[in-house]
Amino acid sequence: MNALELKAIHKNFGKTQIIRGIDLAVTTGERVAIIGPNGAGKSTLFNLISGRFAPTSGEIWLSSQRIDGKQPFEINRLGLSRSFQITNIFPKLSVFENLRCAVLWSLGYKYSFLKFLADLDDANDLAQHYMERIRLDKKRDVLAMNLTYAEQRALEIGITIAGGAEVILLDEPTSGMSKSETLRFIQLIRQVTEGKTLLTVEHDMGVVFGLADKIAVVVYGEVIAYDTPDAVRSNPKVQEAYLGSAKSH
Amino acid sequence: MQTSATYYAFKPFNIARWVIWGLFAFVLLLAPKAFSSNFSISMLTQMGAVMIVCLSYNMLLGQGGMLSFGHAVYTGLGAYIAMHTLNAAANGLLPIPVSLIPLVGGIGGMFFAVLFGYVTTRKSGTTFAMITLGISELVFAMSLMFSGFFGGEAGISGNRVFGQPFLGITFGPPIQVYYLTATYTFICVALMYAFTRTPLGRILNAVRDNPERVEFIGYNTQQVRYMAFIIAGFFAGIAGGIGALNFEIVTAEVVGAARSGAYLLFTFLGGATFFFGPIIGAILLVLAYVLLSEFTKAWLLYLGLVFLFMVMFAPGGISSLIMMNLRLAAFGRLRHIWVAYIGLGITALLGLAGVAAIVEMVYHLQLDAAMGPEVRFAGFTLNTELSHTWFGCAMLVVTGFGLFELARRQYVHDWGESQEFIEKEIKRREEAL
Repeated sequence: MNALELKAIHKNFGKTQIIRGIDLAVTTGERVAIIGPNGAGKSTLFNLISGRFAPTSGEIWLSSQRIDGKQPFEINRLGLSRSFQITNIFPKLSVFENLRCAVLWSLGYKYSFLKFLADLDDANDLAQHYMERIRLDKKRDVLAMNLTYAEQRALEIGITIAGGAEVILLDEPTSGMSKSETLRFIQLIRQVTEGKTLLTVEHDMGVVFGLADKIAVVVYGEVIAYDTPDAVRSNPKVQEAYLGSAKSH
Repeated sequence: MQTSATYYAFKPFNIARWVIWGLFAFVLLLAPKAFSSNFSISMLTQMGAVMIVCLSYNMLLGQGGMLSFGHAVYTGLGAYIAMHTLNAAANGLLPIPVSLIPLVGGIGGMFFAVLFGYVTTRKSGTTFAMITLGISELVFAMSLMFSGFFGGEAGISGNRVFGQPFLGITFGPPIQVYYLTATYTFICVALMYAFTRTPLGRILNAVRDNPERVEFIGYNTQQVRYMAFIIAGFFAGIAGGIGALNFEIVTAEVVGAARSGAYLLFTFLGGATFFFGPIIGAILLVLAYVLLSEFTKAWLLYLGLVFLFMVMFAPGGISSLIMMNLRLAAFGRLRHIWVAYIGLGITALLGLAGVAAIVEMVYHLQLDAAMGPEVRFAGFTLNTELSHTWFGCAMLVVTGFGLFELARRQYVHDWGESQEFIEKEIKRREEAL
């Protein structure tokens, strides 16, 4: 069963082709890392899947639902959630409020203005639960803008997973972190996305090989390899296009 | 997850909250005892209505990040609907009691918010602001075209006293209108406060902070803005209905851009970041428009200056100044800074007195020169023909603001010290946790 499937996806900005025909199938429960040089179209690919942009052509399927061209909130309601490379949280709300906002829709509260938040035990429990999982429970009432960078990145992940989506997209979750922070953070990601289908864009090669079941290598808007880490590592096309150039740095 | 439930245990009998709401009701109840002339009771009624308007406006500005330039459209059209309903009821066409007329105004305001909000809330930010401005102009232009509904230059007038009195209440005396208004004010303020604690209210804050991310947690930001806009329109219309009852006349200026501007500026002045800010703003609005305009012809100039300095030095408005100092007091630092406050106050007063004297003299020369060279100002008589009067005023300005600058430096230093102390204290408490 495929949790997510991309069929012949193209995306042009004006005359520039950014994504040039990508087919990709992700099995339920799999962890897939997308790697590739800067400008290869990795982030654009995430934006297409999550509904930020509509693809120029091609189809995107979330299990049995076709989602290409849908609005981000529609796709989110169908069970796909994403994080952002540049921290994208609610700066003037507390850590707890950030997470509570993220659980409300999935619990069916929608646009309710006839209930008090304080009375929503399930939402409060769930927000508390995720706050503990991302280890920010001591910062419950701190405004998100006053958190440290690493804490904000953790909150970013927390907001992404709190809605209970089965398919999680993480766009460079460890960007801007130090080596030791990255290692700890990968551990955290591994824990909180247990049992979910995970797609992640990552630059750090060590991280990718440790975290992913499969790796998709994107170069110039095309997937040139999609296989297990070991197979990708020894793939000559990948070595030439990506790993080779990375090693030369 | 069971153990974690203690962290956010809801306190249904939060004493501070009961005290504050009790005080609010108490003040509403006793205000006419303290200010009992018909003139002040009419002012109190206006304050009640404007509180509802400014709080409803802040639902858009402070809580939703929507800068509307046309909020008077919804109070104004609500007022017109209320007035037409009042007249229909007085003629026996509709069986609606006077006490429900504000509610009719609310439904009117909501109706137009449903209609216009559908267009305005499609977009946020600058585009939203421009569309609200456009709709404001559109409705004002229509008020000149459809004189049947808007009553042309004379407006629509009515009489709130008709039918049999209910329990002796005729709504003839202003005090009865005041207590009707106070009841509406209390209920509306409570409802609007309750709104801030609901799922929609919180998601509205999230839309203000980061609309893009809201789309990725399952919410349609347009829908959130639209619903908030409709609710704000409802409360704005209630205030319009109260205004119609209070004045017994509605003219086209109630939908005008000047009104919208006043609501925006005074909500900002009171402070958009805290719930109670607009209440302060509403009181100041009525004081400025009714009292200040009596004292001096230059009142709009003074208002302009106040806003200018507020935006530059205290963009959170009066309420944030209060909260910042309460924080200081909570950490016991207020006693380190009150001397600096007195210094600031006295020097600012000197400088401002000089500025005001000059402004009053200039206005006098421009408008009332025929009435002689003398101006009464703050108990002094100033002669505009003598150069030493002008020189004295200029000296007052220079000395006042010169000393103010010295006081300000001391204050900034003291303030910084206290903030540093508080930061350290918070860190220490966090670590002790």
